[in-house]
Amino acid sequence: MARLEIQNLVKRYGDFHAVRDVSLSIADGEFLVLLGPSGCGKTTTLRMVAGFIEPTAGHVLLGGQDVTQLPPWKRNAGMVFQSYALFPHLTVAQNVAFGLEMRKIPRADIGKRVEEVLALVRLDGYGGRLPRQLSGGQQQRVALARALAIRPDVLLLDEPLSNLDAKLRQEVRVEIRELQRQLGLTTVMVTHDQEEALTMADRLVVMSEGEVRQVGSQRDLYERPANRFVAGFVGRSTFLDGTIGTPGHFRTSGGLELKCTGDKTGPAVLSLRPERVEIGLVPLEGLDNRLSGTVEFVSYLGSLIDIHVRLSPADRLVVQIANREGGFSPDVGQPVHVGWPLSAGQVFTT
Amino acid sequence: MTSLTVIRRRAGRWALNGAAGLALAYILLPLIFVVWLAFFRQEIPSFPPEGYSLKWFAAILDQRKFVDGFSLSFRVGVLATAIGLALGVPAALCLVRYNFKGRGPLANLLLLPVVVPGVVLGTAMYVFHVEAENALDVDVLGTFYALVAGHIVIVIPWVVRLVTASLVGVDRAIEEAAQNLGANAWVTFWRITLPSIRPGIVAGALFGFVTSFGNLEMSLFLVGAGRTTLPIVILQYLEWKIDPTIAAVSVIQILLIAIAMLVTDRYVKLSRVV
Repeated sequence: MARLEIQNLVKRYGDFHAVRDVSLSIADGEFLVLLGPSGCGKTTTLRMVAGFIEPTAGHVLLGGQDVTQLPPWKRNAGMVFQSYALFPHLTVAQNVAFGLEMRKIPRADIGKRVEEVLALVRLDGYGGRLPRQLSGGQQQRVALARALAIRPDVLLLDEPLSNLDAKLRQEVRVEIRELQRQLGLTTVMVTHDQEEALTMADRLVVMSEGEVRQVGSQRDLYERPANRFVAGFVGRSTFLDGTIGTPGHFRTSGGLELKCTGDKTGPAVLSLRPERVEIGLVPLEGLDNRLSGTVEFVSYLGSLIDIHVRLSPADRLVVQIANREGGFSPDVGQPVHVGWPLSAGQVFTT
Repeated sequence: MTSLTVIRRRAGRWALNGAAGLALAYILLPLIFVVWLAFFRQEIPSFPPEGYSLKWFAAILDQRKFVDGFSLSFRVGVLATAIGLALGVPAALCLVRYNFKGRGPLANLLLLPVVVPGVVLGTAMYVFHVEAENALDVDVLGTFYALVAGHIVIVIPWVVRLVTASLVGVDRAIEEAAQNLGANAWVTFWRITLPSIRPGIVAGALFGFVTSFGNLEMSLFLVGAGRTTLPIVILQYLEWKIDPTIAAVSVIQILLIAIAMLVTDRYVKLSRVV
């Protein structure tokens, strides 16, 4: 295992910038997740690390060595593909042994190592099967075993769980994460699934339009999103459009006067997490911002309830409450009071 | 209402099966008659047969031209198929894997020889060989290698078409996976790509060989004195007489091709490639 350094990586296709100046540093044994919508450049970045795409500019350093110019087969990076990419004409054991054969490891040692790795992913005894005789989950584990067998300097996971059904996905997440910790694998995973990203990562990188929007822990991204994109992409947010005339005073486009943090002025959006806003039938005490409105729409989600509150003709807010016994249960058209402390709102100038 | 639907559905199935049966009979009937004829005792084919005999099969071996023709057709077929594979497989790879200017027209060009009438192809080839002979001052026309060269042209379309079909179904990621595990481009091709497209290669080789082996029209223009392929020997023989020898030759040909197909089908499900 080794540390991975990505320096000012750029990939251009004609006029299209797939990746613009991405720099990341992944520590030895760290699990980093690249998260973003499709087309954000996360997969391109991963493929440049693996060597399948040649960067337009920038460098990839693996264990301190510059591998930017090396072909994929000379980089010691183990990759798990979205489609698993198992060799269909080879057995499970032959699939896992492939990388070891390429490394000219003696035959006797290969057999031993293959068994070890298959045991690691709980597939002992499946060595003689062909990939098509395995379930999706088992195929995924073979792909993982094959990548681990070569003892890679870095493990690259390209949406490894997207082809599994929802229930299996939850199990495999935990499995991969435990294996990664146990072996101390430096890992980069690409996903568009934020729940997956949040449960697995040590650190996350949110990307969009080829650029890194924010790097940080789950808590960093959720509590202190760096920009409107992250606030909207990681978790949910309600955005109120408006302007800040004097620092601390936000006026919505619907004319509501609100208090906000920060010392910026000009056009801005106020971002609020739905569960940080309080709601009640009587005016709420002790909150910095207190407003009244009407319930416009209710979605009942089981353990949670989403309430859409109309504050002014131009302003609507989503409030999420826990569904408790005897708790607040709103009806459409009901007048309500909402409020939040200053710290719950986040302002991004636009 | 339900019974009416059932009746209608049943009638539809009968009609479909009937039509399919008729088409099959139309294709198979001549073959059945040829096979039957090969075992007639009398020399002039007439019905009903006077009796049955294997003497026409023995008669083939007595006539050197059949044996020579068979041998020539076989050698030309094998060589043309081998060279056709060496040219067609890389061509298919390029067509599927790379996006370049003129890819569409090139793909069509490579498939053209199956569409162009054999006589046209033969004439063109003949003229070309004459010109080549004049320009190079070496024997070209009527030589074994010129014949093989002509047959390569009709083998290539089959190889390209079937290998292309195979390649399209191969997940490119498996090649990347191989490279990721340490295989260079060459090793990746031999150990991963080639085995994945083996069904297409085997089927392309088989159909290419059969096409070459049975080719008459184009070969007519390319054969030289004392060097005739089996289909031409058959044609020449038919100009003189009609006896069951020809039927016997055909039976052997049909058998060989059927065996080749059955053996191939054991390794590669032909119905899946073609």
